[in-house]
Amino acid sequence: MKKSIKDFSVVDNVRLTDRLFLLKLTPADKTPMVECRPGQFVEVRIDDEPKVFLRRPISIHRILKERNEMWLLVQKAGNGTEKLSLLRAGNRLNIVYPLGNGYTLGAPQQHYLLIGGGVGIAPLLETGAVLKEMGVRVTFLLGGRSAKDLVEIDAYKAIGEALVTTEDGSVLEGLDCQKGFVTNHTRLQEGVFDAIRVCGPGPMMKAVARTVAGWKQNEQPRFCEVSLENRMACGLGVCLCCVEDTKDGHKCVCSEGPVFDIKELKW
Amino acid sequence: MANLETNIAGVSFKNPVLTASGTFGYGVEFADFIDLNRLGGFIVKGTTLHPRQGNAYPRLAETPSGMINAVGLQNKGVQYFIDHIYPNLKDFDTNVIVNLSGSCVEDYVTGAEMLNELDKIPCIELNISCPNVKAGGMGFGTQPAMAAEVVSKVREAYRKPIIVKLTPNVTSIAEIAKAVEGAGADSVSLINTVLAMAVDAERQRPVVSTITGGLSGAAVKPIALRCVWQVYNAVKIPIVGLGGIMNATDAIEFMLCGARAIEVGTANFIDPSVTMQIIDGIDDYLERHGCKNVSEIVGALKIS
Repeated sequence: MKKSIKDFSVVDNVRLTDRLFLLKLTPADKTPMVECRPGQFVEVRIDDEPKVFLRRPISIHRILKERNEMWLLVQKAGNGTEKLSLLRAGNRLNIVYPLGNGYTLGAPQQHYLLIGGGVGIAPLLETGAVLKEMGVRVTFLLGGRSAKDLVEIDAYKAIGEALVTTEDGSVLEGLDCQKGFVTNHTRLQEGVFDAIRVCGPGPMMKAVARTVAGWKQNEQPRFCEVSLENRMACGLGVCLCCVEDTKDGHKCVCSEGPVFDIKELKW
Repeated sequence: MANLETNIAGVSFKNPVLTASGTFGYGVEFADFIDLNRLGGFIVKGTTLHPRQGNAYPRLAETPSGMINAVGLQNKGVQYFIDHIYPNLKDFDTNVIVNLSGSCVEDYVTGAEMLNELDKIPCIELNISCPNVKAGGMGFGTQPAMAAEVVSKVREAYRKPIIVKLTPNVTSIAEIAKAVEGAGADSVSLINTVLAMAVDAERQRPVVSTITGGLSGAAVKPIALRCVWQVYNAVKIPIVGLGGIMNATDAIEFMLCGARAIEVGTANFIDPSVTMQIIDGIDDYLERHGCKNVSEIVGALKIS
């Protein structure tokens, strides 16, 4: 898959909560975007030296081919994302994309569970949309500290069933909303899925991996893939900074991930 | 258009822009962004005789206008390079240079002997300056006698030009440069990363797994320029300058201080197409200053 370095124009920057915002981007020269796969990411250039020197890796939230738009769901976490949150319509953003391998996709009639925690729900919207187009049945399990952190829930609901957990017990009306972590949700405990795709904080992904490993062999989903976000510089597999220590040695999360089958990991 | 061709120890480069080891993989990772054949050359990831896993994660800290890495020469070894990487590189119309590192003199010598056989590799860069390995690496590059010993042994074993990559983490880089020149080095490249440290105050922990690491990026450029200038005034062999070059102006500054070629490193992470802009920018600069040949600006710094 060909990678590209491109100036994008900000179409809109929608503030969703005090920490989360949605960047809608389109190539500034109006050329069609190169093809991206669900679970891939981009590296955005912030250019706010001396504080922000490196690009920031951000997962692709949604690709709207008909509008030639790419959406990024971003959480303010430091100087880089803070600067991004200030972008306005018409501003430019230089992007290297698409990077990484993305999730393995399924076959029609299968049932996929997509589990997201916090801003880790971001890549699952595009993943769910593509899977649905393929005829895969999609269920989301989305976890947040509080109901207000579960943004864009209608977009997820439009693709498949949406199950929700909140740490503080707050509820989203009309949804199967349970208190606790995603691993506490009764539907996950039932475990009848062909595959699981996970993106979220490390401890949450490890907890999901442990739950899956605890299932009986014949009940195990064929694939449980997680998306890692080790600290990286280049995004191209050359600086070797973002390595994950896998059963097969050090692997670059940027170029050999970010998505890994949990069986490869030493979790 | 000016003549950008430059020559290092008998090896001809179509322009003075090379890429630094460890920042450019094996070149092919950048093929979507640039025409590799336009480069003066590229220096592949630091290679050791035996495969190395490198250091534990985390290996990266972002610092003001720079970054600290603690990779520790992760690579699959010289034989793997010869069998699996070299066949994909030999048809490029640019100079592909191997960066060779080692943890003992014998490893450097054996590695160099194996690289002798690769016809399309015109020279090697001998890395005696990696700050991230426990044995060898920078240890060889901080003492003039040790540096001279490893260079003279590799000189006996390797038939083509040797560029020796120097560390700035020494009292006098000029002394080290003179020592390796005396031991038969054909050229020196400098600087490797600056030994540095980053601390996470909230967690009260070092940011990288090895506690200390190597600083690179724009932040190190003033140190690198000083080193190039000092070495230029100390040795006769050609200098390849690097350290924080982010654009063509930075590259010109190194050449004015005496570098006959330059390497672009960390800037490749920020803009994978930056080398092309640097080549074009050097050409523009030469035009504006009425230079016909890039050699006219090498060491042309006016100091009076």
